[in-house]
Amino acid sequence: MTAAAAPKLELRGVSKAFDDKVVLSGIDLVVLPHEAICLIGSSGSGKSTLLKCVNLLLDIDGGDIVLDGRVITSPEVNPDEVRQGMGIVFQAFNLFPHMSVLDNITLSPRKVHGAARHEADARAMELLVRFGLEDKAEEYPDRLSGGQQQRVAVVRALATEPELMLFDEVTSALDPELVAEVLDVIRELKTEGMTMLIATHEMGFARDVADRVCFLDAGQILEQGPPAEIFTSPQQPRTQQFLQRIVDAGRL
Amino acid sequence: MSGPVSVHQHARGPGLFGPRRPRRAREEGARGALVAVISTVVFAGFALWAILTSEAWPAVQRQFFSGFHFRESFPEVLAGFWLDVRMFLLAEVLIVVFALLIAMARALRGPAFFPIRALAVAFIDLIRGIPIILLILLLGFGVPALQLPGVPSSELFWGITALVISYSAYTAEVYRAGIDSVHESQRMSARSLGLTQIQALRHVIVPQAIRNVIPALLNGFVSLQKDVALVFVLGIREGVRAAEIYNARTFNYTGYIAATLLFLLVSVPVARWTDWYTERDRRRKQAVAP
Repeated sequence: MTAAAAPKLELRGVSKAFDDKVVLSGIDLVVLPHEAICLIGSSGSGKSTLLKCVNLLLDIDGGDIVLDGRVITSPEVNPDEVRQGMGIVFQAFNLFPHMSVLDNITLSPRKVHGAARHEADARAMELLVRFGLEDKAEEYPDRLSGGQQQRVAVVRALATEPELMLFDEVTSALDPELVAEVLDVIRELKTEGMTMLIATHEMGFARDVADRVCFLDAGQILEQGPPAEIFTSPQQPRTQQFLQRIVDAGRL
Repeated sequence: MSGPVSVHQHARGPGLFGPRRPRRAREEGARGALVAVISTVVFAGFALWAILTSEAWPAVQRQFFSGFHFRESFPEVLAGFWLDVRMFLLAEVLIVVFALLIAMARALRGPAFFPIRALAVAFIDLIRGIPIILLILLLGFGVPALQLPGVPSSELFWGITALVISYSAYTAEVYRAGIDSVHESQRMSARSLGLTQIQALRHVIVPQAIRNVIPALLNGFVSLQKDVALVFVLGIREGVRAAEIYNARTFNYTGYIAATLLFLLVSVPVARWTDWYTERDRRRKQAVAP
């Protein structure tokens, strides 16, 4: 990664409030191509909202979000088109319960990207094989474990060949023994150089995989830097406090 | 789309008259059934005795339950009823499609779709506010009277149209309840994959919504199956009208009884089937729920 590379994603002074409650206030963030950035912070600090704003699932109240040099939050931009270039995976999987795993994955390639059924199926099977899910292609989501469902959700997001992946606390709804299989998938994406923005409570994982860690507190990025810095010598008292609580809980 | 759940549920699915019970309960129930039959016979017998021994019964029997008039009126009532059945089938197909379009129009979000949304809401509110019989009269007599070129002038056409319009407004609300019952995260998830609002509705929301409201839709079917007879006010010779004509000719009401029996013959099985389906659906959902 070169410092001179144009940013893949840039947030400039992004703010967002729900009614009177300010959730994001003046977020500035630059994500370079192939960079993996972990967003940490307690629940309600705005991580999830930030990702949903980037995906244009929520309208922002102020600032700009810039993707590949283009302001995607301006009104003349078609959000459907912007979303075609990025994938998001949610905490609660959100698979479509009335469709088989294969149909879940191929829906967007077929309906949005115009792929023929056999092409889309072949591509989906490739991805399923890669993530060890090929025997689940014909199953319905409710027959899968949480970990399998979440891996399918990742595959579904990858099937549209996004250049940016957003992960919204994707292991928070999983039983502890299923967390690793999902995190391994993200690790693999990291080795391929996927640009990623990852909201997570898994500090060990963040330390391993992140190029940069951002600590969010009350809707602001209070501190950011390489994981070695943030986790060993955090500067801000709030960050220290947060990490101390994590350590006390035995999760780092 | 066969769900992944059903296999051993077919073996112990709901019975025709309600949930089927486990074996022990069934055996114990055999005696209960006997008691039920006896008490029903006693009760019905008493009611029948009260009616048959009343002073006016011979006159009523002549007027409403004459075997001769039943045989005489039956062919023409049946011919009229056959029209009811065909009207029902045609109207139902149109309603299911038209109502879904209205519900989808109402579910669209964003300022750009405001006019479509407003139109859908206005349609639903207005139509639900008009008694169905008035709508049938207004369209059935009103539109043909306008003698507009190119517009059908058949009362039958406008009668069915009135039924379709009225039922579509109600059915659209049934669909809307279904659409609202699908969790917001499903919509978000579909949109995040690049699907447009309409694609998300069509491929993700509506299929789930319909499953959630099938019992309510079936209930509407049962209701429509009888309401088609309302077009008789336009002079259309369907079952009720045929019975009325027979009555006017002979001063005997047995034709109405013939029509009643025919409607029951269709609507009771449909109601039973609806119950059976709803029960099976409920069990499937329970089997899936975490």
